[in-house]
Amino acid sequence: MATVRRRGGDGLRPWAFVVPALLWTVAFFCAPFVVMAAVSLWERVGTDLVASWSFVNYAKFFARPHFLEAMANSLEVTAIVTVLSILLAYPLAWILAERVPERWQRIALICAILPFWTSYVVRSYAWLLVLANNGVINQALTGIGLIDEPLSLANSRTATVIGFVHFFVMLLTLTIYANLKQLPKNYARAAADLGASRFATFVHVILPLTLPGIMVGAFLTFVLCIGDYITPQILGGNSDLVMPQLIMLQIGRRADFPTASALAILLMVVVTLVYIACARWLKLERA
Amino acid sequence: MMTTTMRKSLLAIGTSAIALVAAGPALAAGELNALVWCDHTDPELIRPFEEAHDVRVNLKEYEGTGTALSLVEQSRPGDWDVFVIDGIDVPRAIDAGILGELPEGTAPDTIFPEVALDELQVRDGKRYAVTEKFGYNTVSFNKADVDPAAMEDMTALWKDDTYKGQIAVYDYYLPVIGMVAMGLGKQTADLTEDDLPEIRETLFKLKDNAALVGEVVSSQTAIATGEVDILVGGGEWVTAGLSAENPDLDWILPEQGGVRWSQSIGVFADSERKDLAVEFVKYILSPEAQAKLATSSCYWAMPANAAAGDALTDQQKQALRWDDQPDYLKNAQLYPSPDAELDAKMQDLWAEFLQH
Repeated sequence: MATVRRRGGDGLRPWAFVVPALLWTVAFFCAPFVVMAAVSLWERVGTDLVASWSFVNYAKFFARPHFLEAMANSLEVTAIVTVLSILLAYPLAWILAERVPERWQRIALICAILPFWTSYVVRSYAWLLVLANNGVINQALTGIGLIDEPLSLANSRTATVIGFVHFFVMLLTLTIYANLKQLPKNYARAAADLGASRFATFVHVILPLTLPGIMVGAFLTFVLCIGDYITPQILGGNSDLVMPQLIMLQIGRRADFPTASALAILLMVVVTLVYIACARWLKLERA
Repeated sequence: MMTTTMRKSLLAIGTSAIALVAAGPALAAGELNALVWCDHTDPELIRPFEEAHDVRVNLKEYEGTGTALSLVEQSRPGDWDVFVIDGIDVPRAIDAGILGELPEGTAPDTIFPEVALDELQVRDGKRYAVTEKFGYNTVSFNKADVDPAAMEDMTALWKDDTYKGQIAVYDYYLPVIGMVAMGLGKQTADLTEDDLPEIRETLFKLKDNAALVGEVVSSQTAIATGEVDILVGGGEWVTAGLSAENPDLDWILPEQGGVRWSQSIGVFADSERKDLAVEFVKYILSPEAQAKLATSSCYWAMPANAAAGDALTDQQKQALRWDDQPDYLKNAQLYPSPDAELDAKMQDLWAEFLQH
């Protein structure tokens, strides 16, 4: 009897640890999501929200070219940012993990993530000033005679991408660095013993083994970038409307929550599809 | 096993947490909760009222009537006392039962008659709001780089590419659509769906010349730093506050006129401190407070109460173009106040404009 009771107690104990997180998720993710999904089927009629339970807001998205264009812009900007961030973060992470002496790595990492310590909004406005016609970059390029007229960098898609990449390189550096540090040094030595060049070792051994770190960082970059409103709003100059801006436009004055909810759900569908693709590729579903 | 003491403590913490969450913005009788635009958050404006009435004024700043109405919907009745709202949205707030009746005599007799807007603020003989500040969505420019005489014709902004890359457009669809409509010789009050194709075509030409379309801070930064030389949709609210620092920043009402905006102040229908809230409204409408509101650190604009002129300095009046007001008021139209259906179409048009 005593054994049975203990087993019963042991069975419940893990739940005691899980329940707070579960309640939190239900209260602050599942419930709002259900509400948002329900509201996306309503309609804004005049000043009222009408529970019409129709897909009219979704139909609106597919019927309006500028809505579809916003989704295309979001995907394009996110893809460019993710690829550029990986290309810049990988060498940085590799240098930190392999070339910086062990005792300096912590300090180097802190330096690498310093930009995280500044407010996101302040950082975006700072970039606006750096990229402006009379900003640091244009003044430097004009000063050394590389250009005669200032380049139009601010208030453009280029500015948005620069602002994003500055932030996400740090994030990706951390995930790739953590992955590189976990790799036993013997793998590279074994490859060298078998006659592989340093390049071949990197391509056939190191890179494949660090793909999980790259993919985790890339997915985080994708999710945070595609849902970000601040950076495109401050740096993009509204030259290319992205989905979060389109969603905010629905709410700002007219409080059209049904359309905004439908657009948010569609954005979540895209993120979910990307997650499934990543998970399949990395075979995470087996883990 | 949880002891009785622990259980009591947890219960106390839980009860306190629930009480705190349920309490909303108001916690003490000596407080007033106001939902306002950013110009009211200037301590110079609020402090004299707080000291005179020994109360604390809690200010919640918002942008966009939609956001404000959502905040109100999510609050408990009685949470809010004072509401500052876009002048054209006052009927919307009255319809929703948000604004309460103001006692007679709340509105001073010295309000500029053109901005009194009784047709929006008085219903069935009852006043629900009073205009407190107004200004223009028109053309701001840097006169060091742009000829002020050229800015007198609004069509110069889109008829050719003279100013290509020098223009920023303020990112709010109603005033800019109103401005373009006026540039095309239309009346903002008479706009219908049939006018939208012509407005769309002109907006697209304007976008071709624009370097950016930005909200308040971005567009103000752009003209202040020289990124652009012209701000469409700007006005005294963008450049007047900067004029002491950079006298080249100026604004003008073109010959086609400009769009007039206004903000109104009222009291929430379910306020539990109505008398104090009305006192606050009266204070904001007093000449001294009006002068402070007009030159608030967030943005400058004309005080609705003409009596505030005595409390403004000559430099402030010049920056606000005080002496031009009789002509400007005659030549300005209230920005479009479309019904919900046309509003949705205008917003859609704006999304197209941004995407162009």
